[in-house]
This record gives sequence, structure tokens and C-alpha cells, in this order.
Amino acid sequence: MSPQPQPAPVPYMERTRNYYRALGYEDDYVWAHFEDAPFARPAKPLAAMNVALVSTAGPGDRSNRDARGRKQVWSCDAAAPPASLDTDLAWDREATHMDDRETFLPIEAMRKAAAGGIIARLARRFHGAPTDYSHRKTMEVDAPEILRRLREDGADAALLVAI
Amino acid sequence: MCHQTVSLVARHLEANGIPTVVLGSALDIVEHCGVARFYFSDFPLGNPCGHPWNPDMQAATVAAALRLIESATGPRTTVRSPFEWKPDPDWRGRYNRVRPEDREKLLAIGDARRIARGQPPRKEAPVRRG
Repeated sequence: MSPQPQPAPVPYMERTRNYYRALGYEDDYVWAHFEDAPFARPAKPLAAMNVALVSTAGPGDRSNRDARGRKQVWSCDAAAPPASLDTDLAWDREATHMDDRETFLPIEAMRKAAAGGIIARLARRFHGAPTDYSHRKTMEVDAPEILRRLREDGADAALLVAI
Repeated sequence: MCHQTVSLVARHLEANGIPTVVLGSALDIVEHCGVARFYFSDFPLGNPCGHPWNPDMQAATVAAALRLIESATGPRTTVRSPFEWKPDPDWRGRYNRVRPEDREKLLAIGDARRIARGQPPRKEAPVRRG
């Protein structure tokens, strides 16, 4: 017996385009697109790596926002995550909830990976990547800042979790 | 926007010598952008690491994603998680759906959003008087 075919993934770009048109927006959002993709080969075995965790969640007190409300890169000691997180983002409020932090900021799962010898350790800080409509801000401001902080923490690799 | 954000950040890290893996649920957005390694969790947006309150699934998902850092041999490597979302066959069709009966409600949401963000009104928006 052949296995059941997997359902087609949700076409999020199309759904978003149709939704914003229904909200009355005339110009469709242009999603970032590149033909190529940079690829870094690991310089050491995974089991010897200090791996950083990057999420799109922010602190519950929204202290990552500037005076105009625009999000900035936020970093936090992985041993002391805040009690509440800002998850005011586009997630599926009909199908699920975000009450369990580990579903989108897997600090404990990363610790288990370290305890199990899959990685050497979780980097000392995790980082909140600001979501922004501007590709340019993400590429020219936020991504370089996250790179700088990962280097400060001696990270060899990174797991980036998208909400 | 979350998937585009982490994809752009991952590309920058890769270009600067740091291997990455993106863990997420919006396959089309991540692959449209183009990343080195993507572990695809076909779950509703919000829970890419596994079902809420299921630490075993979350640990297995994260471990599999991490292994991709070492096992991928080239860019645009996508691996799909074997886990299935809870018995709810309709979740894929519901997200951000636009039904004809919601048209007026959605236009009102859009108008309120433009006012809140200081954006110009849509051209056919009703003019407020008084």
C-alpha cells in the first residue's frame, strides 16, 4: 500500500496578498526573493558547536521598541527569559495558541540537545529579530546587529525560529 | 513577516561564515527568499517547534533541525518534519481566508488600520463628515 500523499502546504504569500486586497490595500507586498543562497560550511562538528537561538518574539514589556514603536534587536540571557513575551505577530489564532514558550522559543529543547551531545551548548543569550516590512532595515540594520551579537557570544552556528 | 525576517537574517549570517538553520512553517515564504537550510514544520503559524505542552515532540523537532546544520551539503536544503498537526483537517484552509460575506467587515478593519497607522484612506472609502 502506498503512503498517503502529504497535504499541500498553506500558500501564505497568496493568502496574505488576498487578505490585504480585501482590507482595501491596492499595492501588493513584495516579498524578498533571491536566486542564490549563501551557504557556510561548518568549521567544526555539530557536537562541538556553541549554537545561538534567534526568534521573532520580543519581550512582553515591549522594551525592544523605540520611541516610534519600531522594533530593534533584543537580546536576553538564556538562563533568565522574561515571564511574558510579545507575540503580537501573524500566527494562527484559530488553530492554536502561544501559551507554551517552547513552541516558538525552544530554550529547553536546545538544552536537551546540548545534554544529549547533539551540540556542545546553547549560546549564553538568545536574540529577538525585529519583524519589519522593510527588507532594507532587516538586511542593513538588524541582521548585521544580530551577527555582531552572535560573534560577541562566540556562536558557531544559529537556529532561527520563525513564529 | 516572521519567516521573511529570519530568512534574511540567516542569509546575512551565512554570508559572514555562520552556518544556520531556519525552523518554521511557511514553506513558500522561506523558499521564495532562499536560505541555506530550512527545517519545515507543517504546523499552523506559531508553533513550529511542536505541539504545545509536548516537550518530547519539541525536543525531537529541534534536534532534527540542528542536525541539518551538519548534514546539508548545499544551499536551499529543505527537510520536512515527520510530525503531523493535531486531528484538524481544515486548519490549512482557514488561515487568513477571505469569504465574500466578510467583505464589508474586512474593509472596515482595513480602514481602521490605515487610520491607526496614519496611512492615506483607500480611494473608495466613505468620507467621514462632521
